[in-house]
Amino acid sequence: MAPRFILRRLLLILPTLFGVSIIVFVLLRVIPGDPIVMMIPPGATQADIDNLRQLYGLDKSILDQYLIWFGAVLDGDFGISISLRQDVVGLIVSRLPATLELAVSAMALAVVLGITMAIIGTYWQNRWPEAVIDGISGFNQAIPDFLWGLIFILMLGVLWPILPISGRIDPRTGMEFTTQFYLAESILRGEFSILADLVRHMLLPMVALALPLTAVITRTLKASLFETMTQDYIMLSEIKGFSRWRILIVEALRNALIPTVALSGVQFNFLVGGTVLIERIFSYPGIGNMAIGAVIDRDLPLIQGLIITFAIIFIFTNLLIDLSYRLLNPRVANE
Amino acid sequence: MNEFARRFGSFSSGHLRVWLGGSIVLLLITAAVFAPWIAPHDPLEQDLISGLLPPFWSSDHDSTYLLGTDSLGRDLLSRLIYGARIALIVAIVAATLAAVLGTVLGLLAGYFGGLFDTTISRMVDIWMSFPPVLLSIVLVAVIGTGLHSVIIAIVVIDWTRFCRVVRAEVLVQREQDYITSAVTIGLGRWTILWREILPNVVPLLITLLTLEMGIAIIVEAILSFVGLSVSSDQATWGGLIQEGRQYVHQAWWVMTLPVLCIIASVLAFNALGDGLRSMLDPVMRR
Repeated sequence: MAPRFILRRLLLILPTLFGVSIIVFVLLRVIPGDPIVMMIPPGATQADIDNLRQLYGLDKSILDQYLIWFGAVLDGDFGISISLRQDVVGLIVSRLPATLELAVSAMALAVVLGITMAIIGTYWQNRWPEAVIDGISGFNQAIPDFLWGLIFILMLGVLWPILPISGRIDPRTGMEFTTQFYLAESILRGEFSILADLVRHMLLPMVALALPLTAVITRTLKASLFETMTQDYIMLSEIKGFSRWRILIVEALRNALIPTVALSGVQFNFLVGGTVLIERIFSYPGIGNMAIGAVIDRDLPLIQGLIITFAIIFIFTNLLIDLSYRLLNPRVANE
Repeated sequence: MNEFARRFGSFSSGHLRVWLGGSIVLLLITAAVFAPWIAPHDPLEQDLISGLLPPFWSSDHDSTYLLGTDSLGRDLLSRLIYGARIALIVAIVAATLAAVLGTVLGLLAGYFGGLFDTTISRMVDIWMSFPPVLLSIVLVAVIGTGLHSVIIAIVVIDWTRFCRVVRAEVLVQREQDYITSAVTIGLGRWTILWREILPNVVPLLITLLTLEMGIAIIVEAILSFVGLSVSSDQATWGGLIQEGRQYVHQAWWVMTLPVLCIIASVLAFNALGDGLRSMLDPVMRR
C-alpha cells in the first residue's frame, strides 16, 4: 500500500517536471530583453553578435530551442551559464547543498519551536504563558522573513555584534571539504570547532526563515490540541490518572498533529522560496542567491536549471509531507 | 471601573488603531505627495566629500544633512521621502488592481457557482501553493524590471487573497433572507450581485485592501532590494537597504532608517486594517 503510493507519486514527478519545463521555457523566451546584449563586449560587430546567437542556439525557433534543450536535459546537460560561463549542472550541484542545509535546519527549528510552544500554550491554557505565546506568534506572523533578516543584521550583527552576518563559513578556518555538505561533513568528521563556526554563520538566516513558519505551526497545532483535549479518550486517560504532560505529549499530540502536517506542505515550500531572499540578505552562497543573480543577468540556461531544481525540491517536500500525513493518519493510509 | 474598562476596551480595539495607523499612513501620503517641497535636497544630488555623514544625534553630523548621507553623499532624508513615493504608488495602485480583479472573480465564482467556480477555486489553490517571493522574482524576470512590472507582479500574485475571501463571503451572503426577498421581488441576478451582495462585502474588502497595501510595500522593498524594481538611480527604500547593507559596519543608519520606514508603514497599514475591521463589523463592534 505505502510502497505503491510512493511509486505512483514518483511516477507523477516526470510529467509534472515536463510541464514545468515547458512553461518556464516558453515564458522565458518571450522576455523582452536580449541575453546576447548583456555579453557582447563594446565594439562587437553584427557578425560577432550573430555568431554568439548561433553559439547559444538563440537564432532558432522556440520549439527547436526547446527540443534541443530538452534532449540535452535528458542527458543531464542543462547547458552553459551565460553570465558565469560554467556548466549549469556543476554550478547548481556546488551550491545546492548550502541551500538544503539552511532550509532543512530552518524547518527543523520551526517544527521543534512550533510544537514546543503549542504544547506549552495548551498546558497553561488561559494563563499568562498562553498569552505570551499568542503574542509572540502574532508578531512572528506579521513580520515576513525579509524584515526579520534585516532586523537580525542590525541587532545581532551591528548593534550587538555577536554573530557573523554574511557568508557560510569563516574563510580563515582553512578546512578542506570533500563534499559541499559542510554541516553534515563537519559533524561526521568530528570537527566541532568548524561546526560551531558553520552554525554561527547559519543561525541568523535560519531563525529568520523559521520564525514565520513557527508561528503557523504554533497556531494550527494549538487550535487542534485544544480540540483533541476535549475528546473522550483524553478524558479516559485523565480518569486513569495520567499526568497532564503525559496526556498532552503521548496521547493528544499524535492526533492533533494531523491538520498541522496537512497544512505545512505549502508552508515548507514557502520557506524554501524564502531562502532566495534570505541568502541574498546574508550573502549566503546557495542556489537562491545565485537565482537572483541569474535573473538580473538574464542568464536563461541558469534560470531554467534553477527553476527545475526548485520544482524538484517542492515536489519532494510535498511527497514527504504526504507520506508523514499517511503515517500519522491511518484512516487515509487504509483507503 | 468596569464601565471604564469596557469603554477603553472598545476604544482601543478599533478607534485607537485606526487613529494610530491612519496618522502614520497620512504622514506617508503627505511625504509622498509633497516630496519635492518637503525634501531638503535633490535625492540624486551627490556630494562626494560628505559621504556617509551620521544623523543629527551624532556629535560629528553636518546640519545640512538632517539624517546623514549615503556613500555618494546623497541626503538620506530626501531619499527616504522620495522612496515613500514609490512605495505608496505601488501600495495604492497594485493593491487596488489586485482587489478589483480578485473581487470580480470572487463575486462571480461565489454567486454563479458551477464550472466557473470550480475553475477559479482550483486556480486560486494552485496559485497560493507557490512561494510568493520566488514567484514575483520569476515574474519580473519574465516581464522585465520597472515600476510597471512590480505592480503587475503584485496583482498577478495577490488577486487570490481577495478572490478567496470574497468568494467565501458571497457564499454566506447568498443564503441570507434578504437575497431570497430580492429574488422574490424579481430583481435580476446582476442587480442582486451589484446592489445587494457587493455592498455587504465592502467592509471586508476595505480591511483586505489596507492589509494588502502593507504587503505591497514589502514586495516593492524586496524587489528593489534585489535590484529588480525601478532603475537603481531612483530612490527606493529597498534600494537604500541594499546600499546600506554593503557598509553596515561603517554606517549602520543608512540601512536602519529605511528598515524603520518599512516596519512603521507596514504596521500602520496593519493597524488601520485591523481597526477598520472591528469598527466596520457590527458584530465585533458590539
